[in-house]
Formats: sequence, structure tokens, C-alpha cells
Amino acid sequence: MNIGLNVVAAKTIVRKEMVRVLRIWVQTVVPPAITMTLYFIIFGNLIGRRIGTMDGFDYMQYIAPGLIMMSVITNSYGNVVSSFFGAKFGRHVEEMLVAPMSYATIIIGHVAGGVLRGLLVGSLVTIIALFFTRLEVAHPFVVVSVVLLSSVVFSLAGFINAVFARKFDDISIVPTFVLTPLTYLGGVFYSISLLPEFWQNVSKANPILYMVNAFRYGILGTSDIRIGHAYAILIIFVVVLFSACMSLMRRGIGIRE
Amino acid sequence: MKALTIKNLSKTYSNGTVALKGIDLSVEAGDFYALLGPNGAGKTTAIGIVSSLVNKSGGEVEVFGHSIDTALEAAKTCIGVVPQEVNLNLWETVGNTVRNQAGYYGLSGKLAKQRIEKYLRALRLWDRRDHIARSLSGGMKRRLMIARALVHEPKLLILDEPTAGVDIEIRRSMWEFLREINDAGTTIILTTHYLEEAESLCRHIAIIDEGTIIEDARMSDVLRKLQREVFVLRLDRVLDRAPQLSGFDARLRSDGELEVEKGPDYDLNDLFTELNALDIRVVSLRNKANRLEELFMRLVENKQPGAAA
Repeated sequence: MNIGLNVVAAKTIVRKEMVRVLRIWVQTVVPPAITMTLYFIIFGNLIGRRIGTMDGFDYMQYIAPGLIMMSVITNSYGNVVSSFFGAKFGRHVEEMLVAPMSYATIIIGHVAGGVLRGLLVGSLVTIIALFFTRLEVAHPFVVVSVVLLSSVVFSLAGFINAVFARKFDDISIVPTFVLTPLTYLGGVFYSISLLPEFWQNVSKANPILYMVNAFRYGILGTSDIRIGHAYAILIIFVVVLFSACMSLMRRGIGIRE
Repeated sequence: MKALTIKNLSKTYSNGTVALKGIDLSVEAGDFYALLGPNGAGKTTAIGIVSSLVNKSGGEVEVFGHSIDTALEAAKTCIGVVPQEVNLNLWETVGNTVRNQAGYYGLSGKLAKQRIEKYLRALRLWDRRDHIARSLSGGMKRRLMIARALVHEPKLLILDEPTAGVDIEIRRSMWEFLREINDAGTTIILTTHYLEEAESLCRHIAIIDEGTIIEDARMSDVLRKLQREVFVLRLDRVLDRAPQLSGFDARLRSDGELEVEKGPDYDLNDLFTELNALDIRVVSLRNKANRLEELFMRLVENKQPGAAA
């Protein structure tokens, strides 16, 4: 493999992705900022004042890490699925397929684009959160590593969705019927310790619970799950999903006749 | 050196359609090669396999000696593809479209900038470099796809119907440009529906029909196979009936022009001698049909079951 060629190609895909995100910033950056501001006002401020504290933190502080992680997850996923499916739909994915870069480079370039959009929106939501509450980072390494790994996982998942998607409806099914429910049930707004034991165990099958709680641990120092489990799950997901992406690209599923 | 070698290439799509039935092709480096065939003959499938956009069912493909099975990266580096359908990101600017493609081939920095300017200027798109592709006319989009395919300066350029829907002036300028890059050493494979285009540009021709190569020879040899040619003559006056000409079949057209079919044993001097003897003066003369088109139709029709060989 020509490493120099693949590095330049990956940088080109990332640059192309960022140009796209910034070109359509009204669709990519503004909506999550507005949505999260409403979450902070309604759940954090208005309802949160009646809820009181959770795990020793006021409610606004407690939900802030979950909301930041939620925005990172949805935007990483959404960026890759819409960009790669758009390239398939418009057939300009062929620009990449005829080029001598490796399939890994195509995947990594798009995943990096998804991560960057996730981080961009996550940073924006963090700034918005700071207007409503105080956030101190308890474990900086955990914050950085968990947010990066989580956005990689959901960028890879978005890539797989885009590979299988045949029409625009197919790229909204997973976010609507899978991602959003799992995120809401992933402990963004509550501690699973509030649930009966049975539902606590059911919740532990939700991978987003581990990401939200690991990120909350990084910021607040409190978590419903063991951080080691969260890292193990994140790393397993990265490996499995990346392997699946490579297999799909090699077989040409959804992209070659 | 062979630019492209295809051996026993076959393709059956998942719906059961057999697009290629074990074709063989060999294109010399530096050649200007026409791949012709009716719609659905298998041209685009063959090009798709060579450029890695379609998975083959069987056979071998080598590009400048690099097998697409064992040295795909090297093979891809040698190829530039201009597809039949517009596959541009319509929201990307002209400059970024070519810049991205340069990046996908590992070109960056000053070299990439030089190449982008070189090919956008050559294809008269430099002034449009900041416009999005969507705002371009059909002809400009085609030219942008050619600039995009050339930015890494491939040794083999494959053009699938590059001048479809392009006006005559731009088509001629594109022909001129393609001749220049072929003269500079780039091997070109062209599929086209404009048979005049293939006859004018290409030195070698293959005709594919129903997934099978039915003709593969030098253009001059192929055209030599044509035994008869038809000419349309505008005369200084309108005749009442077609004259009797020895060795030529003549008939009057509804517009008053004379249509004359010439056999292989006679030449045009014979025709003019006979017309002079009948005091018929010819004001102008043109070839009725594109010769290649005629051959193409004969070959394809002769392949039909029950057709005369």
C-alpha cells in the first residue's frame, strides 16, 4: 500500500467533509444548538428545579454531559450516513472508488469527518451548557477518549447504514427508531439506579448507557457503570464495526454491481 | 506494451442478465481505440469492470501489465475514467471537484494546484472554478468530468460517451483536445454513439453486441471491408428521371438530388465522365451515410438469427 497516497487521500476526504459541514452549517450546526438549548431550558431549568439533585449534582449539571454526548453521537452518525449515502445517490462515490486509495482510507476519511462534526457540535453544546450550569472536568483523559471512541463508533455505524441504504428514507430509519430511543433510555436524563432492578439490567444491554455514563464520569466523576466496561464495549464496537465496514467495501455491497 | 488486456471477461448480473460472454480485447499503448455497440451491448459493463466500478464474474483484466485482481492499486493509478452519466457532486465547486480527485490520487500542494489550473484552462473551465457544478451547462459538466479524469495524468483514459448532448462546436473542440493528449502519449478508449466521432478520432475499433465482440480491427481495415458507398449529388438542374449509369445505381430523391451508389470496381472519375457525357453538371457532392455507421448496422444486423451472412 502506498502510505503517502493514502494519507493525502484521507486528508482530502476529511477536508471535503468539513467543507460540506460548514457549507450547510444551517442544517448541520444550528439545529443541534437550538435543540440542546431547549433541552437545557425545559428539562434542566424549568423541570430540573423541581427535581432537585441527582447523584449529588443539581439536575442541570447531571444532564449536561448526557446532552453533550447525545449531540456528539447523533451528529457523528448523521454526518457519515448523509454524506456517504449522498455520494452514492449522486454517484460521485465513484470518484473515490476508481482512485487507488484503499477501502480503509475511504472509511477512515469519512469516520474522521463524522468525528470532527461530532466534536464541533459537542463543543458548541458544551459552550451552551456553560450558560446554564458550571462544569468542571474530573477526569480529562476519560472525557477526551470516551468522546472520541463514541463518535468513532457511531460514525462507523452511520457508514454501514449508508452502505445498505437505497433511498433517503433508509437513512432516517435507524436514527429515528433505534438511535433516539436508545439515547433517551441510555441514562441521559436519569440515573438507572432510579429504575427497578429488572429494568436496570435491561438498560445495561444498551451500549449508549456506557458511553453517556463514562462521559459523565469524566466530567462529574459519577457513573452508573464501571468505566472499564465502557472502554471494553467501545473498543469491541470499534473493532467489530470497522471490520464490518471493510468487509462491505471489499464485497462492494451497495456500491458496486 | 499493452495498455489494456482483457481475456475471457464475463459478467452476469444478480438479476440473471448476461452482460458479457467472455470477451477478449487488447489495446496497444498510445492507441486511440473505439468501443462501439448498441445500447445494452455491454460497453459500459466492460468499462465498469476495468475501472473497478463493477465486479466481474470471470476472466482477467490487466492495465499496463497490472492485474486488477493482484495489483489493483497500480492498475487504478494508470486509469482515468469519464463515465457516461454525470456523476459530479453538484454542490461542489469546479475547483474543488478537480482538487478532491487530485487528492484521491495522492496529489497535493503545488503539483496539485498546477495540474488543476492546467486542465481547467485546457478545458476552458478556469474562469468557472469557483462556481458549483450544478450551475454548469451540460457541455461544461462533461468537460469538468474530463478535467477530473486527467488531473492525475493517467496513461489510459477511458471515455464513455463523452460528447453525448454536447453542441457541435464544443464537440469539435473536445475532439481536438483528445487528439492532443493522445498525440502526447495517452492511450484513449472511447465509446460513442456518434460513429462519425469514432471514425474521425480512432485508429482501432471493436464492436460489441449482446456481450460478444463481433469486430476488432484497425479502423482502416474495417472501413476497407465496405464494398459500396452512397453519394448524394446536387445537380445544376432537376432531372425528370434518374439517368442510366454503367456501374452505378442511381435514383432521384424527392428533393431533386441524385443518389448514386458506387461499387468497388468503379471510382468517382468514372461517375463524372458518365455524367459529363449526359451533360449533367454536379454542383456539389456529399457522402450519404457515415461509412462506419453503415458497417456497424450491417454487422449488428447480420448477427440477428436468420440474417444473411
